[in-house]
Amino acid sequence: MAAKTRYNLRELLACNGSKVLENKKSVFVGTGLPMIASMLAQKTHAPDLFIIFEAGGLGPLMKELPISVGDSRTICRAISASSMHDVMSLSQAGYADYGFLGGAQMDMYGNLNTTVIGDHDKPKVRLPGSGGANDVGSFSNKTIYIIANQCKRSFVNKVDFLTTAGYLDGPGGRERAGLARESGPYRVITQLAVYGFDDKTKRLKLISLHPGVSVDEVKQNSDFEILIPDEVETSYVPSENDLRILRQEIDPTGIVLGK
Amino acid sequence: MQILQEGKGELVGWHDPDEAREWVLNNKSRELKDKAMSAKEAVSKFVHDGDFIASGGFGHIRVSMAVVYEIIRQKKRNLIMAGKTAVHDIDILVASGCVNRAEVAYSFGHELRGLSPASRRMVESGRCKVIAETSNAAYQWRWLAGMMGLPFIPSRNLLGTDTGKYSSCKVMRDPFSGKPINLIPAAYPDVAFIHVHRCDIYGNAQIDGHLVEDFELSRCARRLIITTEKVVDNEIIRREPWKTSIPFFVVDAVVEIPYSAHPSEMPGLYWFDEEHIAEWLKLSRTEEGADEYLQKYVYSVANFRDYLEACGGAKKLDYLKKRESYKEPMKTISYK
Repeated sequence: MAAKTRYNLRELLACNGSKVLENKKSVFVGTGLPMIASMLAQKTHAPDLFIIFEAGGLGPLMKELPISVGDSRTICRAISASSMHDVMSLSQAGYADYGFLGGAQMDMYGNLNTTVIGDHDKPKVRLPGSGGANDVGSFSNKTIYIIANQCKRSFVNKVDFLTTAGYLDGPGGRERAGLARESGPYRVITQLAVYGFDDKTKRLKLISLHPGVSVDEVKQNSDFEILIPDEVETSYVPSENDLRILRQEIDPTGIVLGK
Repeated sequence: MQILQEGKGELVGWHDPDEAREWVLNNKSRELKDKAMSAKEAVSKFVHDGDFIASGGFGHIRVSMAVVYEIIRQKKRNLIMAGKTAVHDIDILVASGCVNRAEVAYSFGHELRGLSPASRRMVESGRCKVIAETSNAAYQWRWLAGMMGLPFIPSRNLLGTDTGKYSSCKVMRDPFSGKPINLIPAAYPDVAFIHVHRCDIYGNAQIDGHLVEDFELSRCARRLIITTEKVVDNEIIRREPWKTSIPFFVVDAVVEIPYSAHPSEMPGLYWFDEEHIAEWLKLSRTEEGADEYLQKYVYSVANFRDYLEACGGAKKLDYLKKRESYKEPMKTISYK
């Protein structure tokens, strides 16, 4: 990263996550940065963004950052407080435009691991498991990943455990497995850059570099080869207005964004 | 039909649909009868060693902690837990040696607050076994199939992943579309415990806010313990019947204990006790610390009232009520 900036890394990730979201679309939101990104989008360019929480919160207009995707903040001024069956069914039927995920490991096709490091039955590190991740990754039309620690241990050739489907083994992999045709990973946002997936090969492809980051740095921090296009943009840089909203309105205590 | 893949996860809580109906016929009375009892009585009557148990609510929200603590106090053993966004409940049930197996959608973490030192230690050392993996949607659809009296329900998740391979699901060729389809087996937990806002003595229960999985879970569980903030007259239920999410005939015990979701949140009533959760996360970094917590908050208190006193009593509860209704600001706290 470059020398001192006006913003910290988590603020940069939140703003870039927010920018992917479109107005008048829906987003299936997880705890932490996805919530921040979605709330920021609602307060800036996407006032009619429809937020979906897995425990049953539909369309809230939150006045305080939830701690969990199931707490009472997720139904604040919502249009409905329903159930997981309702939310998951709606998503399976195609009502979730965007979904947010994170992961300890990801491969070049966007397959994610949040279950275990090492062998499943003799784990080196036991992680919480799928939670709703497999569902969000299976059902959302476009899934956005936020992975704050891109390195050779997280961008791997083979995930220790394939918790959530990216493009599986490449083009046509999702359809062969029986997953929804119009679905899959769309953007990956890390501390270094923003990525998409190549249409033809379904492999991870660089879109933009964060300020001060080089292509070499991106390559050095991955165990697999990242596709590099001829033209690389610079990622969105948080504006003063974004930072004011993030720090004063959304996360004044810095529980997610830090101080 | 062609079987394309069979998950190698252990199939827990499944019964043949006719056997399930027979169980309902023989064990679930349609009589309006008084089911009020203490947590102690409910747990000793309905939770047995070796049972497959499931907790209502979600994460640290609306969890029946009074029953969880009572299970620990009564030293139930060899339990299998449904790890459906199981957080504080499964963590202390594993740490106390009650639960030694889990089917996992989300377990061994405290969401934003970090991973669970205690239950991770138990899993990584082989003292608690993960017998199957699954996802949140797949778990609650196990309840749905159960409450519908069906052997399985088809779905389009888990496909193509190790989560599916380590689950108890099967993938088949769908005879309608010709595409692979995941089949999620029904589940009937031996006992479930759900915390609600109000309930009558017969078990007609109302939940304010989102139901999460409790509509389905309440109907598939073989035995169901309801803990409630308040027992209300049957007339209150009949006045606004559209608020009833759990009907009496699926309920086996009604336990009135105010604040019994503590330290989890009760939507509309009281907020998470972050100090308490942080104390557990800090203490449980070592086995001795986990034992100290259990001694202080479970073994050495006789009931939930004494437990609440140990947690800060009326002053703490007043703060949690204010915090829930936005009258106290959010505070940051260290969980490490």
